[in-house]
Amino acid sequence: MREFVEGSQAIAEIVKLCRPGVISAYPITPQTHIVEALAQMVADGELSCQFVNVESEHSAASVVLGASATGVRAFTATSSQGLLYMAEVLFNISGLRLPLVMTCANRAISAPINIWNDQQDSISLRDSGWVQLYAENNQEAVDFHLMAYRIAEDKSIMLPVMVCMDGFILTHGMEPVDMPEQEKVDKFLPPYKPLYKLDPANPLTMGLLADPDYYLETRFAIQETFKDLLKFIPKVNEEFKNHFGRDYKDGLVEEYYVKDAEKVIVAMGSVCGTIKQVVDGLRAKGKKVGLLKIISYRPFPYARVYEILKDVPRVAVLDKAVSLGGYAPVAVEVKAAFCGKKKAPKVISSFIAGLGGRDITLESIKEVFAKLTQREINLEFIDLKPELIKEEYGE
Amino acid sequence: MENNLLFRPGHTACAGCGQATAARMVIEAAGASTIVVNNTGCLEVFSTKYPDTAWGVPWIHSLFENSAAVASGVEAALRYLGKKDTVNVIAQGGDGGTADIGLQALSGMLERGHDILYVCYDNEAYMNTGVQRSSLTPFATNTTTSPVGKDSSGNIRLKKPLPEIANAHGIPYVATSSAAFPQDIQRKVKKAVSIKGPKYIQIHVPCPLGWHHQPQLAQQVGKLAVETGLYPLIEYENGNLISVRKIQPKPVEEYLKTQGRFKHLLNNPEQVKIIQEIANNNIERYGLSAEGGTSSGGKLEMAAA
Amino acid sequence: MFGPLIVKPLKSKGAKTGSWRIQVKPKFLNKNCIGCKICILNCPEGCIQAKEKNVMTVDYIYCKGCGLCAVMCPKADVIMVEEKSEGEKK
Repeated sequence: MREFVEGSQAIAEIVKLCRPGVISAYPITPQTHIVEALAQMVADGELSCQFVNVESEHSAASVVLGASATGVRAFTATSSQGLLYMAEVLFNISGLRLPLVMTCANRAISAPINIWNDQQDSISLRDSGWVQLYAENNQEAVDFHLMAYRIAEDKSIMLPVMVCMDGFILTHGMEPVDMPEQEKVDKFLPPYKPLYKLDPANPLTMGLLADPDYYLETRFAIQETFKDLLKFIPKVNEEFKNHFGRDYKDGLVEEYYVKDAEKVIVAMGSVCGTIKQVVDGLRAKGKKVGLLKIISYRPFPYARVYEILKDVPRVAVLDKAVSLGGYAPVAVEVKAAFCGKKKAPKVISSFIAGLGGRDITLESIKEVFAKLTQREINLEFIDLKPELIKEEYGE
Repeated sequence: MENNLLFRPGHTACAGCGQATAARMVIEAAGASTIVVNNTGCLEVFSTKYPDTAWGVPWIHSLFENSAAVASGVEAALRYLGKKDTVNVIAQGGDGGTADIGLQALSGMLERGHDILYVCYDNEAYMNTGVQRSSLTPFATNTTTSPVGKDSSGNIRLKKPLPEIANAHGIPYVATSSAAFPQDIQRKVKKAVSIKGPKYIQIHVPCPLGWHHQPQLAQQVGKLAVETGLYPLIEYENGNLISVRKIQPKPVEEYLKTQGRFKHLLNNPEQVKIIQEIANNNIERYGLSAEGGTSSGGKLEMAAA
Repeated sequence: MFGPLIVKPLKSKGAKTGSWRIQVKPKFLNKNCIGCKICILNCPEGCIQAKEKNVMTVDYIYCKGCGLCAVMCPKADVIMVEEKSEGEKK
């Protein structure tokens, strides 16, 4: 059913349709509307679920960990500092192979404190063993949540999934969303059947100490599963298309006018909508430009990126996050995709934009295309204010 | 050994470990229909080193400070499944994991009213990492991070009053116990799991390695802590002190001289005097003194409170 | 798929901690035993069992020789004795 709703409301509705047994969350802007809407559904008797109001994100993640270990589908959502506060628990969840799903309403990291959107929070948790899917719009965010449970709970995967959606831009943005019917969701996402759970009828011990004789293999096993995910995510997207009609192709990346393009921007999240608009405009003028949208940042689809971009002469990677002291997080992966390969773009330039909610405008994107010349640019910040940079420290 | 034991031998606790005894008492009293969530710490490490486990009940360890929160999730899931009435949930950890790093999660669990028993095994320092000071380390204790030196006579702070802090949450049951009184542990755990809502039990567990005493003396050392008034065994129900273990108070020196961690105090009457005052305050506050009795073992009696 | 590390209790044998004993081990005389079970309750290993009401046995595969049972026994019915040789340890 097509609705015109706020992104957060849409996420709450799809989470409800996924029938979680336990939800736990701690408020942080811009995640709040999602969990407020879910709390209201529970209060109204629309959602039969234990809603646990906790005293911190650390405990929110711990509560859903405990619920999942007891064999119940669970959900949480957070942003920014909340995600960082959860960090320790998030690594623990993937190490325990618990198939949780969470929403990260992407927001900048303090200091300075800033509630607006960028992707530094989820990017900083890229090594936590969670699958990371980045949504461009609210329809994708809705569909990715549904697929997230399907992916996480498959017995060949058993890893948690983080659906990342840009804070405010998506969470507070009103868009038309096609909300699937409960019966169709139930068919696509059967009830969770845990491989193992805390149950006095069949006692088992979880979360043991692994000494150097065993630890290495646990990490190897997760890395192998991430390889499997590069095949499994496309399979789930194919199933999704058959159930709901929407086609995300392989569900790892989206190509937008890449085939004959001479210049391509690689990006993740809502900025891809802006880039598409610029691409449309430039294409109308006969410029051969395109977009490669990364949906799955973890696992990162190196082979797909290589195949798609290997004959593109010039590539710009636009990051909404930084790895302070290193190459930009998406740029480093794109460059790695061509390491040691025969073919590669002549230029892979890296740009940073939109940190702390600085608007990435059509002009910003045009500037990136314009700067995509023969000369490779590394780590250029777009839309910097020169007058601020001149100020002395401490003034 | 029998396979149906709930906490089995073959774990790697130090010889004479009070925590091992206490943990076995707790789970045997709670019974097989119990899910245990354990903080990181000695108990977790010595009982679940892959591929071995000492636990015959469903058991999970997540992190150092989150057993109360993970247990909250377990309890919520059991509620969702309609199984809460048939399964006990126990969250447990050491004094550091409970009173320091896990205090926030514990407070949240108590405040939210989860039907969970939280057990704190109090060996009065971070033993798993090598005897560092925690907020439950007693006054003047020599630990590796509150060492005795020219300008220091050990830990400068008093024990955090955690049973009182738990009680202030308005929960139905709070008690202290000691590994030196195994039957007292069992009675209190049985009572706790029969009560709905959040429960807190703090158990004094001698640590031969950290306290510096011979392993075979663990229980005697634990008994002396109770008999001097330094570790009162008390029970609160719905905020009211309902019982205490009565004692014929012994001077605190008798307890202090048994352990290397207090060795430096034997030439320091000023410090011993302060510790005696701590014991006296406990004796007065909780009405520990047995009237006219001669046995120092003491019997459980109703307190005047 | 290796990990998550899940262990079923029945499959766990535990460590043979009896090898930790140095010099002494408990000997249950079973002469004056009154069946009070204080030794069973206080054993950190939980490796003492009542064979009959007044007959206690210790599993030397696990006994670490801490000596608590000997100290705690109200009837002095448990004594610590020298381990005769390495070979005798189980």
